[in-house]
Amino acid sequence: MSEIIKKNLSEIIDLIKKKEIKSEELSNLYIDKVNKSKKLNSYITTCFEHTIQKSKEFDKKPNLNSLLPGVPLAVKDLFCTNGFKTTAGSKMLENFIPQYESTVTENLWKEGAILLGKLNCDEYAMGSSNETSYFGNVINPIAKDTVPGGSSGGSASALAADLTPATIGTDTGGSIRQPASFTGTVGLKPTYGLCSRWGIVAFASSLDQAGPMTKSVKDCSIMLEAMAGFDKKDSTSIEKKKENYSKNLKTDIKGLKIGIPKEYRVDNMPKEIDELWNKGKSILKDLGADIIDISLPHTKYALPTYYIVAPAEASSNLARYDGVKYGYRSSKGNDLIEMYENTRSEGFGDEVKRRILIGTYVLSSGYYDAYYLKAQKVRQLIKKDFDENFGKVDAILTPSTPSSAFKIGEKTNDPISMYLNDIFTVPVNLAGLPAISVPAGLDKKGYPLGLQLIGKTLDEQNILNVAYAFEKNCNFKNEIKNWWL
Amino acid sequence: MSIDKDKIKHISKLARISIDSKKSDSLAKDLTSIFKFIEQLNELNTDKVEPLSSILNTPLRAREDKINDGKIRDKILENSPKKNDEFFVVPKVIE
Repeated sequence: MSEIIKKNLSEIIDLIKKKEIKSEELSNLYIDKVNKSKKLNSYITTCFEHTIQKSKEFDKKPNLNSLLPGVPLAVKDLFCTNGFKTTAGSKMLENFIPQYESTVTENLWKEGAILLGKLNCDEYAMGSSNETSYFGNVINPIAKDTVPGGSSGGSASALAADLTPATIGTDTGGSIRQPASFTGTVGLKPTYGLCSRWGIVAFASSLDQAGPMTKSVKDCSIMLEAMAGFDKKDSTSIEKKKENYSKNLKTDIKGLKIGIPKEYRVDNMPKEIDELWNKGKSILKDLGADIIDISLPHTKYALPTYYIVAPAEASSNLARYDGVKYGYRSSKGNDLIEMYENTRSEGFGDEVKRRILIGTYVLSSGYYDAYYLKAQKVRQLIKKDFDENFGKVDAILTPSTPSSAFKIGEKTNDPISMYLNDIFTVPVNLAGLPAISVPAGLDKKGYPLGLQLIGKTLDEQNILNVAYAFEKNCNFKNEIKNWWL
Repeated sequence: MSIDKDKIKHISKLARISIDSKKSDSLAKDLTSIFKFIEQLNELNTDKVEPLSSILNTPLRAREDKINDGKIRDKILENSPKKNDEFFVVPKVIE
């Protein structure tokens, strides 16, 4: 297997710019390994003819000034790709071929990237282990019986297994950061509104945000720069100037104030995670940062709030799947209503149905105030916790997840234990803040663990810098042995 | 809040999802435990708190009321599970 595909995105870009490798050669290296890695089940769809054709076009007239010159990339199968199947991991969209392109993927292609394929994910991004996908479990390349996390599980698995040099996911409650942590990779959820949601299959619209998943912090800054930007087609897109995250990346974090929230030390958390968190603190302290203890008192209410807000928005968003305009349609039923009911019963999987029912209930007459309105009020308190502390600190350091990757099937029978995976990531989505998960070490099983840095609104550059400095001094190395080849 | 089979029947009707009666029991059990979990919120007094519906401080942008596309009928019909030349086809609605 070629050594080139093990390299980081930034190194691969350098090779292309120095004309040491052509886009077509590079694409063929990835295609070769993807073809040999079907066991991981990280791809739902491949489009290699398109990839090679685009690579050839690039090689004929290379634009080396773009951010991602001739780089083949696979993306989560939640981004609509014009002419290529987009399933959202659901039977409902098994044969859906979008007639338009999502803004975020369009931005990548404009910067020279080329589509390699579409990556597996939890159905409609609802899950924390990729086990809700209609297209089957994804395997974490760190060990053959473990989940890659979710919902962007296929993205994390493909990235860690060198089946794409970088990728993108979406994060509604931790769906980028948790799989990044489980696979020893970097994942960033941007500020709500930084990356356009247009053309992304919707889950919970006030929380959904697309972001990069990469092998290094530098790669992450390049991808974010390519993806982000104002889009008039998304009514919640933030109007601001594009930033040069990769150019402005620096390791000097002297004098920065880093908050350590005491509420993130939860019951039954493995000792290793606590130790890793301490290691993170001491690395940042040695680099000249001030470590400050803070309190985010409403942290424990974030997950209950999320499990009202997200299902409520999902039940409304997923009402569009009626078997008429696109997607699956049941052949059973005597009238229109029965056709709807059978279509949705047969087309959606169990977790999606569960969440639609929760959402329908909390929005239904007589219960709206008790659940949905209550959750919106608590969401305000959670946001206030962050607002008050960001007067005192520049960033917040926490563990990314309460455990390392778990075994396939371990949590599928208990929804609450599955939901608890997102305990450290969900508050950030509720408050709309940016956060990055960076690999920080291995547990005693040799499985990776990540730390999370949370930033102020639109302060991506700052958390990227802290993560960059941390990465340079942490010496984390992912040990993936290609056992599936 | 305990969710029983009758409640499942009511919600699934509202959500237009038919639920197999065999699955109804385990679903009721799951939803009961999820609602028990989310009802932790009742520990908090939120009488004086404003609800947060969007984290953006700015109001939603309005665009000019102008047609900016069109002539995409075939594209829109492209993915329909049942259609004729110009229309989506659904089961008979009016006798």
